Amino acid sequence: MAASNPLVKAQRLPFINARSIEILTKSWSYLFLLGLVVYFSLVGTGFFSVRNFSSILTTSTLIMLMSIGQTYVVITAGIDLSIGWTVGLSSVTTARVMRDLAESGNDIAFAMLMGVFAGLLVALIPGLVNGILVARVKVPPFIATLGMFGIVRGAAFLLTDGQQVVRGLSAELREALRGIGNGSLLYYIPDDGFHWFALPPDLPPQQLRVVSQLMPYPVIITALVVIVFAFILARTKFGRHTYVIGGSEEAARRSGINVDRHLLIIYVICGFTAGIAGVLHLFRFTAGAPQAGEAALLSSVAAVVIGGTNLFGGEGDIMGAVVGSLIIAVLQTGLVILNIDSIWQFIVVGVVIIIAVLVNQLQAALERLQSNA
Amino acid sequence: MPEAILAATGVSKHFGGLTAVDAVDFEVSAGEVVALLGDNGAGKSTLIKCISGVYRPEQGQVMFNGEDITHHAPADIRSRGIETIYQDLALAENLDVGANVFLGKEKTRRLFGLIPVTDDNYMREEASGALDELDIHIPSLKQKLVNLSGGQRQAVAIARAMYWNAKLVIMDEPTAALGVPEQRKVLALIRSLREQEIPVILISHTMHDVMAVADRMVVMRRGRIVANIARAEASEELIVRHIVGSAENGESAVII
Repeated sequence: MAASNPLVKAQRLPFINARSIEILTKSWSYLFLLGLVVYFSLVGTGFFSVRNFSSILTTSTLIMLMSIGQTYVVITAGIDLSIGWTVGLSSVTTARVMRDLAESGNDIAFAMLMGVFAGLLVALIPGLVNGILVARVKVPPFIATLGMFGIVRGAAFLLTDGQQVVRGLSAELREALRGIGNGSLLYYIPDDGFHWFALPPDLPPQQLRVVSQLMPYPVIITALVVIVFAFILARTKFGRHTYVIGGSEEAARRSGINVDRHLLIIYVICGFTAGIAGVLHLFRFTAGAPQAGEAALLSSVAAVVIGGTNLFGGEGDIMGAVVGSLIIAVLQTGLVILNIDSIWQFIVVGVVIIIAVLVNQLQAALERLQSNA
Repeated sequence: MPEAILAATGVSKHFGGLTAVDAVDFEVSAGEVVALLGDNGAGKSTLIKCISGVYRPEQGQVMFNGEDITHHAPADIRSRGIETIYQDLALAENLDVGANVFLGKEKTRRLFGLIPVTDDNYMREEASGALDELDIHIPSLKQKLVNLSGGQRQAVAIARAMYWNAKLVIMDEPTAALGVPEQRKVLALIRSLREQEIPVILISHTMHDVMAVADRMVVMRRGRIVANIARAEASEELIVRHIVGSAENGESAVII
């Protein structure tokens, strides 16, 4: 019986040991990303350019921000299905507060600051409710957050009176939003050089078309969020307890970790990073939209899974989610550049998710083999 | 007879109409390995839980190191040094040995003198020291527990108890899920606990384990202690007769 199992033979191969399995399964997504970039660069005209890479990074920020909080939740063996609409709720709230404050004669910078504040704050509410339902009422995360999916969706549309966008944002406000959402800390113009903060005002159109954004603001903001939450997860006691709960909730409880409070905070974090995504979405598209994050929800879960985070909990990291988000963004852009119908994007991303889960399972199987050897 | 570290007197616990533990007197002395035996439902686990604080006995008193710990909270009893190692070991198998020895009590250091981060090297080294004391060697301390054998995991659970100054270790069926070589290692661990004067209460169905390490065998039946036998006077046959209840009737036991 044991001898007929092909995996048993594999363990005798010298290069397959616990360490190499771990390295391979951890780094396959990095290699896959690299392969995609190389492939699209070779076959897609215009793919390999600073301008395009900067655009891919900007595209990835929405999914990436959502996947940061999602990673925490998935490591505790949960899932948050509501954050797609939390993005919308936050985007709509921010837009309304900015509009109303600007309309009533406040300084536009003040209106924007208050709007951002309100958008981030409102995103904590669904997170808090999810947390209470999961941690205290013991509702399975899938069900609790599915309920919130509907509630937050409804709330977001109530705030726009059922419209697709928040109406009535002044031209001045839109211009200010665009300055950050589509702006960059550093620009590069061929044959001209580098410019900080803004482009020269009298730039001719033919030069405007070749401008590269070297540090778009949404990317910088997302990078900061990534660094902070990656650090918390990897290096702090809070991060460690997150893994303990994912590994064994019972062990966590017996070791004195306040599991309920910890889970609550994690769902709030998940709402929070979705809130940042919503605010940034408004800055980029200058329209508060309830459905801003709708399509990105499944992509954010996909990014987490592709990045090697185990849906059964206990394993994963933020860098994985970052790579997963980049893979999805590269696929989206690459397929467009190759002129392939965007419908294929769904199929390709779906295949990649399944590959990711298979790699995860292969790792688990090989690890079991190692421990039995 | 050395002084008792743990002394339970007249402990009773009922569940509805069922008397799970019936006025039991139970003592453990320093450096003693006491096996607690009995058929399923004899009351072993209930008695242990009355000691570790999971259950509150309705009658009786539990004294530990001269202090009354009856009706204290489980966490309090643990912090006084009574460590229970359950079959599931309460380990996070997705983490390494250092993280598990320090589970919930992680050591931190200040990064740039400011931000508290987990001190993984310190925890790994301390864990390694605790394992050395038990004479257990784990090839790579960075390995996740899921990659270790059952006996090695058991060792990690015991090392954790010892590192946090356990003064009495209760083990529930520690060898039940293990292969024969692993069972031997766990028995060696129990002996090394005894050498360090840490008493052990061993709940086991495996007569071989009990005969190999226990200094004293306490047999429970229907909530009462029916036999308290020193190692020198014990035989497998005698113990089995007490477990099945034929010793009282003078019948000879059938060893299964």
